[in-house]
Amino acid sequence: MSTYQEFIQQNEDRDGVRFSWNLWPSSRLEATRLVVPVSCLFTPLKERPSLPPVQYEPVLCSRANCKAVLNPLCQVDFRAKIWACNFCFQRNPFPPSYAGISEVNQPAELMPQFSTIEYIVQRGPSAPLIFLYVVDTCLEEEDLQALKESLQMSLSLLPPNALVGLITFGRMVQVHELTCEGIAKSYVFRGTKDLSAKQIQEMLGLTKPAAPGQQGHPVAPQEAAASCRFLQPVHRVDMNLTDLLGELQRDPWPVSQGKRPLRSTGVALSVAVGLLEGAFPNTGARVMLFIGGPPTQGPGMVVGDELKIPIRSWHDIQKDNARHLKKATKYYEALANRSAVNGHSIDIYACALDQTGLLEMKCLSNLTGGHIVMGDSFNTSLFKQTFQRVFSKDHNGDFRMAFGGVMEVKTSREVKVCGAIGPCVSLHSKGSSVSENEMGIGGTNQWKLCSLDHSTTLGVYFEVVNQHNAPVPQGGRGAIQFVTMYQHSNTQKRIRVTTIARNWADAQSQIQHIESSFDQEAAAVLMARLGVFRAESEEGPDVLRWLDRQLIRLCQKFGQFNKEDPASFRLSESLSLYPQFMFHLRRSPFLQVFNNSPDESSYYRHHFVRQDLTQSLIMIQPILYSYSFHGPPEPVLLDSSSILPDRILLMDTFFQLVIYHGETIAQWRKAGYQEMPEYENFKQLLQAPLDDAQEILQTRFPMPRYIDTEHGGSQARFLLSKVNPSQTHNNLYAWGQETGAPILTDDVSLQVFMDHLKKLAVSSSS
Amino acid sequence: AFGQVRTPQPGYAGPYPGQPNYGAPAPAPAPAPAAQKRLDPDTIPSPIQVIEDDKAKTTEPFTTGVRGQAPPLVTTTFQVKDQGNASPRFVRCTAYNMPCTSDMAKQSQVPLAAVIKPLATLPPDETPPYVVDHGEVGPVRCNRCKAYMCPYMQFIEGGRRFQCGFCSCVTEVPPQYFQHLDHTGKRVDCYDRPELSLGTYEFLATVDYCKNNKVPEPPAFIFLIDVSYNAVKSGMVNIVCNELKSLLDLLPRENPEMDSVVRVGFVTYNKVLHFYNVKSTLAQPQMLVVSDVSDMFVPLLDGFLVNVNESRQVIESLLEQIPEMFADTRETETVFGPVIQAGLEALKAADCAGKLFVFHTSLPIAEAPGKLKNREDKKLIGTDKEKTQFQPQVGFYNNLAKECVAQGCCVDLFLFPNQYVDVATLGVVPVSTGGSVYKYTYFQAQTDQERFLKDLRRDVQKQVGFDAVMRVRTSTGIRATDFFGSFFMNNTTDVELAGLDCDKAITVEFKHDDKLSEETGALMQCAVLYTSCSGQRRLRVHNMAVNCCSQLADLYRNCETDTIINYFAKYAFRGVANNPTKAVRDTLVNQCAQILACYRKNCASPSSAGQLILPECMKLLPVYLNCVMKSDVLLPGADVSLDDRAYLRQLIGCMDVTDTHVFFYPRLLPVMKLESGSLPVALRDSEERLSKGGIYLMETGLHLFLWVGASVQQELLLNIFGTPSFSQIDPNMISLPVLDNPFSQRLREIIDSFRAQRSRYMKLMVVKQEDRTELIFKHFLVEDKSASGGASYVDFLCHMHKEIRQLLS
Repeated sequence: MSTYQEFIQQNEDRDGVRFSWNLWPSSRLEATRLVVPVSCLFTPLKERPSLPPVQYEPVLCSRANCKAVLNPLCQVDFRAKIWACNFCFQRNPFPPSYAGISEVNQPAELMPQFSTIEYIVQRGPSAPLIFLYVVDTCLEEEDLQALKESLQMSLSLLPPNALVGLITFGRMVQVHELTCEGIAKSYVFRGTKDLSAKQIQEMLGLTKPAAPGQQGHPVAPQEAAASCRFLQPVHRVDMNLTDLLGELQRDPWPVSQGKRPLRSTGVALSVAVGLLEGAFPNTGARVMLFIGGPPTQGPGMVVGDELKIPIRSWHDIQKDNARHLKKATKYYEALANRSAVNGHSIDIYACALDQTGLLEMKCLSNLTGGHIVMGDSFNTSLFKQTFQRVFSKDHNGDFRMAFGGVMEVKTSREVKVCGAIGPCVSLHSKGSSVSENEMGIGGTNQWKLCSLDHSTTLGVYFEVVNQHNAPVPQGGRGAIQFVTMYQHSNTQKRIRVTTIARNWADAQSQIQHIESSFDQEAAAVLMARLGVFRAESEEGPDVLRWLDRQLIRLCQKFGQFNKEDPASFRLSESLSLYPQFMFHLRRSPFLQVFNNSPDESSYYRHHFVRQDLTQSLIMIQPILYSYSFHGPPEPVLLDSSSILPDRILLMDTFFQLVIYHGETIAQWRKAGYQEMPEYENFKQLLQAPLDDAQEILQTRFPMPRYIDTEHGGSQARFLLSKVNPSQTHNNLYAWGQETGAPILTDDVSLQVFMDHLKKLAVSSSS
Repeated sequence: AFGQVRTPQPGYAGPYPGQPNYGAPAPAPAPAPAAQKRLDPDTIPSPIQVIEDDKAKTTEPFTTGVRGQAPPLVTTTFQVKDQGNASPRFVRCTAYNMPCTSDMAKQSQVPLAAVIKPLATLPPDETPPYVVDHGEVGPVRCNRCKAYMCPYMQFIEGGRRFQCGFCSCVTEVPPQYFQHLDHTGKRVDCYDRPELSLGTYEFLATVDYCKNNKVPEPPAFIFLIDVSYNAVKSGMVNIVCNELKSLLDLLPRENPEMDSVVRVGFVTYNKVLHFYNVKSTLAQPQMLVVSDVSDMFVPLLDGFLVNVNESRQVIESLLEQIPEMFADTRETETVFGPVIQAGLEALKAADCAGKLFVFHTSLPIAEAPGKLKNREDKKLIGTDKEKTQFQPQVGFYNNLAKECVAQGCCVDLFLFPNQYVDVATLGVVPVSTGGSVYKYTYFQAQTDQERFLKDLRRDVQKQVGFDAVMRVRTSTGIRATDFFGSFFMNNTTDVELAGLDCDKAITVEFKHDDKLSEETGALMQCAVLYTSCSGQRRLRVHNMAVNCCSQLADLYRNCETDTIINYFAKYAFRGVANNPTKAVRDTLVNQCAQILACYRKNCASPSSAGQLILPECMKLLPVYLNCVMKSDVLLPGADVSLDDRAYLRQLIGCMDVTDTHVFFYPRLLPVMKLESGSLPVALRDSEERLSKGGIYLMETGLHLFLWVGASVQQELLLNIFGTPSFSQIDPNMISLPVLDNPFSQRLREIIDSFRAQRSRYMKLMVVKQEDRTELIFKHFLVEDKSASGGASYVDFLCHMHKEIRQLLS
């Protein structure tokens, strides 16, 4: 392998893992001096078409507190039929079924190319997937109609044996019974009353109260499941359900002038969670919540029904003026945790022009691995296509979703795991490989991912615990094993095992090597995740200050410079882009709340902590393509200087896709040149970014907001707010350049940022 | 001097052999002269004689113009002409000559009361009350006492002012109401205006008389059907659903040509409640289950209360499906409190008044507000704790009733119990809201269906007013102090009725608070403000004027025993919830004795102490009072359940004089010879009057018996039953066979006419002499000694005489 670039790429393709450092400093002290922790982005279910799952159970190390899975790094004595665990060095005999192995007849899990391997295990009965729709009926007629159609359509996309249920809510919460003939039957709950899971199950008639005299005879969950009239196989009830959805009316309770409709989202969710909890614990289930506005009554209420009192803004929150915020957040967190314990995930599809309370409700999806989709209306292609894409299938015809994932991390002795950041909850499993130093969700080596897909990516943070004076650990390599158990969408139980190893390096003698093993893209994303994680609980400026300190320290560590001489500052190639990422990260909506509503911030952060490296990088630093007559489309700097009159720009920020027509192009387009046969090439130029955008739209989840704008258009702000403001009204004339477009902002440009960075890095006082 | 009639009892002189125990104090050791011979019943006052005499006496229509004129008895058929006082069909008084002073009243002990049936149905040949519309100004009223314009108002100063007959306050006549007076001081338009010339009329009320100053919404009927195991199994659910399909076309309306504006809603329940959305746009009804019974709410607004015509298809589909849906139910527990709450909440949400029809089977033992336990305890009978059994078990229903009344939510309860259901508690809400309780113990579809359906039909169709307030105003000197009936009172003057139907009567007791004058008499005005079934707010006004007397004899000459008995019964039945039953019975006997002793002392001409002298108008007081004393409520037999007693108690509470009369002294007709056009003369309720060879029809207002003697002629049996043999008569038959002979036709006609007169359907029971069921029949032969220890008429009269003598000596 020739370069680290290729090594990194290969590792990502094979194992779905990107480490910040690909050579590990051999002691704790050195590791801390590297500023960026040893950490990785790990995609547990990375799509591997070339990896057929094996049909047997993994072989585990027999030491009770190890249980690592046999992997290519293990030393094997083929003659004695014994293998040594590379984590605890326990020597284990092979199970009898492995009697026939030899050097030439090795099981797959011992081959180096199978550092990632997937086992299909036959354990217990396979449970069907469950989809529980929770639908807000306080929508405008048009929206409700569109939503109903989308839901009806989705029935045809569900696996036929999947169980499906319907809860609707407005002022009241209705749980619909799906099996009834003739009269449609539903159970109604008051939208203002918080009920315990037990009460909900009793009221739904799911538990039979113990007959007097024979107490202690709880109904077995299977029995409850069998008698659950609210969740039924799609193939059996799709007609009923289609009709039911068709007859769904807007919430009939009158809404007087100046009021919001009463929306009992909190109770509806509580009922949904309680229903699944009672009937189907520990099975793959998705609660899909569709809302068209904020919860306005009962527990989990985000804003009152008085329209004259607007929903909380960041300003209110900073002023501690958001009345319902804490209570609602606490309520939804409790629900999210209950749901996570049972392995059920909660999606939120929020479509409204105003905020819908995502800030309070985000934990529902964040903790359970559910999706959050935010749009203006259910009657938009953004929602319709995104929703459709939830049910997309892979090349095997299986859904791109998995359930009930449990990811376990095993480490060799010199490394301990500090935590993870992603759509997961801690399982509080304290093992020997758990560090006391928490980063992200820590204190455990097992995390639950109630729902995950091929792109779900966790940031996992480690700590080197080897003492400074101890020698480089024997074997020279540190190893980490990720064991991910999950329920495949075809209901199989599977275990995917990824075992990776990295070399140790003495940071004093081999600092150059370590530096060149730095994966600045991964590091940027990993540091960004840490920043976003902090931003959830800390004040914005504190996070930025922390991020700045880290960057300065990193530059001090690896930059080459003469003391107190900013001009002499240089960074090696492996770090050269890192400051730029940080610059854009500082400006990103993940850390800046200005100009974003609390809901938007929550939405952006939600997606940021779960996407894979490529997408995350796009989010941090959007991609800008330029189209012109001068040549093929080319990526250009995300800089105001790239905005030229004779160019068309295509910007991808992950959340938005902006096509921007430069001044001249826009004029031409207005004049209709593209319609004239002699300007065929202009027509093609106009078409080119559209085609490219289409390609991105095809694959992205959730569907980005698609913006077609031009110079001077109001929507151009999406582009102008992202580019590096190298030209502003402040420096336009000083720079005296004729190209580019000035941005009306007081934000510092990348140039200024870098100048400051250099100054601080070379300063001896900091 | 006042037509006083003595009823000397020649052979009678004191105690008699075999004195029964009827709860009176132990007999004083009175002298016992030689009269060992049993008293001849024919010599003591006969109810039948009195009834027949009154019938014979009444030949002309009764005109109400003359103050203080007692109307014919309730047993007499007569026509009424309203000439300034309310018809006796609306108001009957105990005394038409009221004593002028409270001392007199105290001395006589005659209760001063009126039985008012504000919305009574009039016979077809009498005009219903006129409706007066004064436009936006509303009714003209006295400035001080707020009495409504009536014939007792005296116009003065050329018609510019009027003086109130009740409080004497002078009020300006509103300009638009002004009219000149003629030479007698009457208004020129006197006979054009019902409120100036009639005893009963209605005003259209303005918005000032409406709740929240808003014209009321049309009322709604909500049907709440128990669908627990017992309800389904007895066939009740099926029958109700089937019946409702046709019944919904018969909802009350003011104009028979128009569709009713009453909206309907449906709920079924067992341990949980099922609401139904029957919106006209739906293809199928929708069921909404509310299991949160601890905190009731209405799950839907739009589509719950609907217009029958618009939603007909959906409703019919629903009524088809309800019996099917619950056919296999195994749920036996029911709730009750939440059911009423549900109806109440629905009415609240729709912002209207209305009526709940609850069809319920069992003691509500499921965990919910208003949960009850079985507390029937026969051992308590006769003890001081007996009264607790008539009190509600929990306070919950009292509070609920209060809420219902505030909303104008009237509750009618149909009970189908197989065991104790605690009528005393379940009845709290119906009784306080002006509703009715119907009880069908051991309901079986086959035998009880007809009775239930007839009751239900009548109950749904009958004229009813909602959200009513009744106020009785009186002239200075007397005051309405106590009220008996189905209603709720928040203060001492306003009788609040969530619903008031044409069968409900309210007994009002008056007391003196000053002197009355013979000149002006005593006036009373009963005004009922209510919402009609079409949603119109109206005021019905009944005016009544009686004479006042300063001589006791005048009082005794002009009073009405039937009304006094109505008052006594209600007074006593209410009392059993607060006093030991024995004390209540003693009070009755004492008061009666005092009334009669006062007469004897002050009005009768001197005669020997051994003579019992009764006032003519009250000569039946002892026999009727004995019937009250022997009723199941005051003297229960061994087989009478607590529920039965509580049920009767509530039933009597809202009966009018006609109802109480026939209930306490049943009508017994010999039907061996029938003529068309007239009924045979009734017999006294005593076994001695029955002949083995006869057939007798008896009605009590609740029961209907056909007693067949053991040696009836075969021809008669053939004519009635179609069988010549006594033994072949099926005692379980519920209706007589339809036979094509004049006798059978006439008998069935009579039975039908009896049923038509009563507000509840009477199930026919054929009683064969010497048969097991004869015991039930004999219970109603009220002149005889009863199995539960009640005295015979003769014995009671003797006892009464003794009491009187004791008082006199």
